[in-house]
Amino acid sequence: MMTVSSFPISPRNTPLDERSLSLRRTIVQMVQCANRGHIGSAFSLVEIIRVLYDTILRYDSRNPRWPERDRCILSKGHGCLALYALLADKGFFPEQELWKFCKSDGILGGHPEYGKVPGVEASTGSLGHGLPIGVGFALSAQLDKAAHRIFVIIGDGESNEGSVWEAALCAGKHQLTNLTVIVDYNKQQSYDSTLVVQNLEPFAEKWRTFGFGVEEIDGHDLNALRHTLSRLPIEDSKPSAVICHTVKGKGVPEMEGNPLWHHKTKVSEEEVQNLLRHLGG
Amino acid sequence: MIVRQTSLNMVYELAKQDERVVFIGSELVAGTLKKFKQDMPDRFFMEGVSEANIVGLAAGLALEGKIPYVNTIATFFARRAYEQIVLDMCLHKAKVRLMASGGGLVYAPLGPTHLAIEDISVLRTIPNLTIVAPCDADEMRRLMLLTLDYPGPIYIRLAKGGDPIISRSDPPFQIGKAILLREGSDALVIATGICSKLAMDAATELASQGLEASVLHVHTIKPLDTAAIDQGIQRVPVIVSIEENVTIGGLGGAVAEIIAEASLDRPKRFARIGIPDVFPHQYGSQASLMEAFQITTQNLVDKVMKLSTQSYRSTPESLRK
Repeated sequence: MMTVSSFPISPRNTPLDERSLSLRRTIVQMVQCANRGHIGSAFSLVEIIRVLYDTILRYDSRNPRWPERDRCILSKGHGCLALYALLADKGFFPEQELWKFCKSDGILGGHPEYGKVPGVEASTGSLGHGLPIGVGFALSAQLDKAAHRIFVIIGDGESNEGSVWEAALCAGKHQLTNLTVIVDYNKQQSYDSTLVVQNLEPFAEKWRTFGFGVEEIDGHDLNALRHTLSRLPIEDSKPSAVICHTVKGKGVPEMEGNPLWHHKTKVSEEEVQNLLRHLGG
Repeated sequence: MIVRQTSLNMVYELAKQDERVVFIGSELVAGTLKKFKQDMPDRFFMEGVSEANIVGLAAGLALEGKIPYVNTIATFFARRAYEQIVLDMCLHKAKVRLMASGGGLVYAPLGPTHLAIEDISVLRTIPNLTIVAPCDADEMRRLMLLTLDYPGPIYIRLAKGGDPIISRSDPPFQIGKAILLREGSDALVIATGICSKLAMDAATELASQGLEASVLHVHTIKPLDTAAIDQGIQRVPVIVSIEENVTIGGLGGAVAEIIAEASLDRPKRFARIGIPDVFPHQYGSQASLMEAFQITTQNLVDKVMKLSTQSYRSTPESLRK
């Protein structure tokens, strides 16, 4: 019997404000420059990353290696367009870099690279690597009794990887209250829906049984994100998992939940204009 | 003192003097580093059978300034956690020290799942990684002292141990610098790990038969001391490599690459001794498997003698320009 998510709110109906639309327009323009990109995967992430960098994370974009900063790893590295838009917005690097996305003279590739992009804490792309590295960051902070926190954003397709669950067991065992896993649960992986490819449900229950405090929220609802992420850890003595119910391609009806927009190449000028029109541009 | 025990004792010593040192094991023998756990419980981690996570989290700790020494069976690193070694450790230049138990045929009784027969070959292809295979416990001690401040990730291939001591304190041990254990102008034997002992025994035997062989102990397989190898091969007509690893792509493969690209004015006679292109097909002991694969002093003597006496092949007329 197929188990489906019992989360009661449909994130499809959540409205987007001008900042969310503007960030998406930036993403479309980057895709236009490179003629490629994981646009749908970035669109499901925009509000998560926006709230993290606008409200939650402590950082200094002029000193990206500031030791007391919170660490944020985008483990689903293919969602990097959303991250790049925010990092540029916050001044980690000049905006002009955005328009060199995937170009030989740029620093921004199709997956984020540590040491190359200011503000990127770990090179990701191959899935299932960010959470173990994040557990290492969190253990280090725990050893040093440091106050900074570690956030790891993973995908639902990524959650097929065994290393995610190895790391989850480990995080639970060490009671890493400084670690928060944010799952971009857009229910759509590259080939088809997560329900068809590899059903994750009961998803929240899995994280609970691995030793996490868990909350499920609408990942496009700014207030819900702010509310949950500013009250961490969710439970005492446990790492936190925030399962964000999102929509792949959120903001453009024909892209929403459409696997053809998981990774897009050869985007026509007409498609770009159509996307920008939907996004208020 | 066995090699593995020496390396573990050294981790304890290093941890005592440097707070950045942490130890991570997967699922090791009960009581491993008991004193470490007692004295420095915060820095002792036993994380279970989850090598992908362990290598990843070690990289995370290293990026935060810790120096993690990670111990499990060699092949569980090289096969199971290969991508974590490549991406989490090497791409990030994370200062992780993998202590790979049972490099080569050590776990002969446990069968092919536990034998690290190709770790040198596959790991040698990864940028930024340093690979070291000490020949005995004394050399292991010298290596471990240098691992604290050495930049970048290291894979330390541990032999079984109890191996006879052949290393010396002079010249001082340097990572990346091969050691000429013996000099002779008739042949050069290039060896790594415990095979350097076989090479020294073979050189003694060859001397009694009138052939003087150099023995170059290549404890560091990467970065390879190409200068020492290049110099060595120019001085002799015969070169034989010996290693407890598959001959494909291992130390012998690396030496072959150097010889092939050296543009020497006279051709060299060269042979590789190592594990052939098969899965080990029998149990027994490390020694019996090495015997079965002819990774022996006798085979080394025979190969050098044969290459020294055989005439060069002449190119058939039809293939000449």
